[in-house]
Amino acid sequence: MIDQRLPPFPDFVEEHRVRVYRFLVSAVGPVEADDCFQETFLAALRAYPKLEHAEALDRWILKIATRKALDHHRERGRRPVPSESAIELADARPATTKADGIDPADPLWDAVRALPPRQRAAVVHRYVLDLPYDQVGDLMGCSAETARANVHHGMRTLREEVEADA
Amino acid sequence: MHDDLRGRDLKRLTADAPERSAELAGGLAAAADERGLLDIALGTVDSPLGRLDVAVTDRGLLEIAFPEQDRATRLAVLSERVSPRILNAPAKTDNVRRELDEYFEGSRTGFDLRLDRRLLHGFQLTTLRATERIPYGRTATYGELAERIGSPRAARAVGNALGSNPIPIVIPCHRVLRTGGALGGYGGGLSRKQQLLALEEQIAGDP
Repeated sequence: MIDQRLPPFPDFVEEHRVRVYRFLVSAVGPVEADDCFQETFLAALRAYPKLEHAEALDRWILKIATRKALDHHRERGRRPVPSESAIELADARPATTKADGIDPADPLWDAVRALPPRQRAAVVHRYVLDLPYDQVGDLMGCSAETARANVHHGMRTLREEVEADA
Repeated sequence: MHDDLRGRDLKRLTADAPERSAELAGGLAAAADERGLLDIALGTVDSPLGRLDVAVTDRGLLEIAFPEQDRATRLAVLSERVSPRILNAPAKTDNVRRELDEYFEGSRTGFDLRLDRRLLHGFQLTTLRATERIPYGRTATYGELAERIGSPRAARAVGNALGSNPIPIVIPCHRVLRTGGALGGYGGGLSRKQQLLALEEQIAGDP
């Protein structure tokens, strides 16, 4: 019974923060990820008193993050990727260098950002977090087949973009 | 190369996730507080008695814990009895830190902190309220305290109530001794009780 107890919230954050950030930074980009990260954990904190058991907390928090990422895109609408986006990113994240972290000028960012939101989220769940398709579907509120199709289309577009750049 | 793009390429985009997410997690408390979602703020105070874990709410100081107390158990109790909306928020515990620092330096002989007594009920609440009235540098016996709360035969129960005082030092259960001057017990260990009594004796004795 004791292992079913909810972990104290600070421990919960500590356990899931890296994965949630990994998902968000790939799904919405390094600038918007900060807001989405905060919104995700604040939503969890709001709901925490109503949670009755500690089952599948990893999926619960990723589901919230997925919703935040997709909401985020919905709010902003599909934006074209501006040609200077890499420069904006570099300005926003001056401390980050290629050697020790994200390279904001990496052309892969632009390619990922150009994907439709659902494809982007599906690709990230599958290839950044290594989740199986049924879980990707569960997180995105669709079937495993739809998730697989989203991932497939997303990866095909990414490959084309990266090749075109090369 | 058509098949070269794989998960590892995407993963390199997220290489700084451990550091960046730690920074963001540190900022959660302030954002939660702004939206009224922070019910219990956790912080630490370095003291001559070791590193104390403190918990405060908008009502006041809720808990002071000695380093040996099991953290997971403590936080489970706070979650259940007060609120699970708990975050590390050292800035919210600044007041407590300042007053405890002054107390241990000897420049403070009484606390102005508001207390959140939600962890206290019934007999323990009565006992600890009476304990709060024992002045700095003075002591009382378990029996005297039992008498003061109108339960003269309950000296042992008084001892138990003091032993699980959730706000030691500030609620000065260290000032309660056995008849005859023996130390009795202390939730944080007898050497700490001795240290606190010695500090107060020295400061109160200094004109």
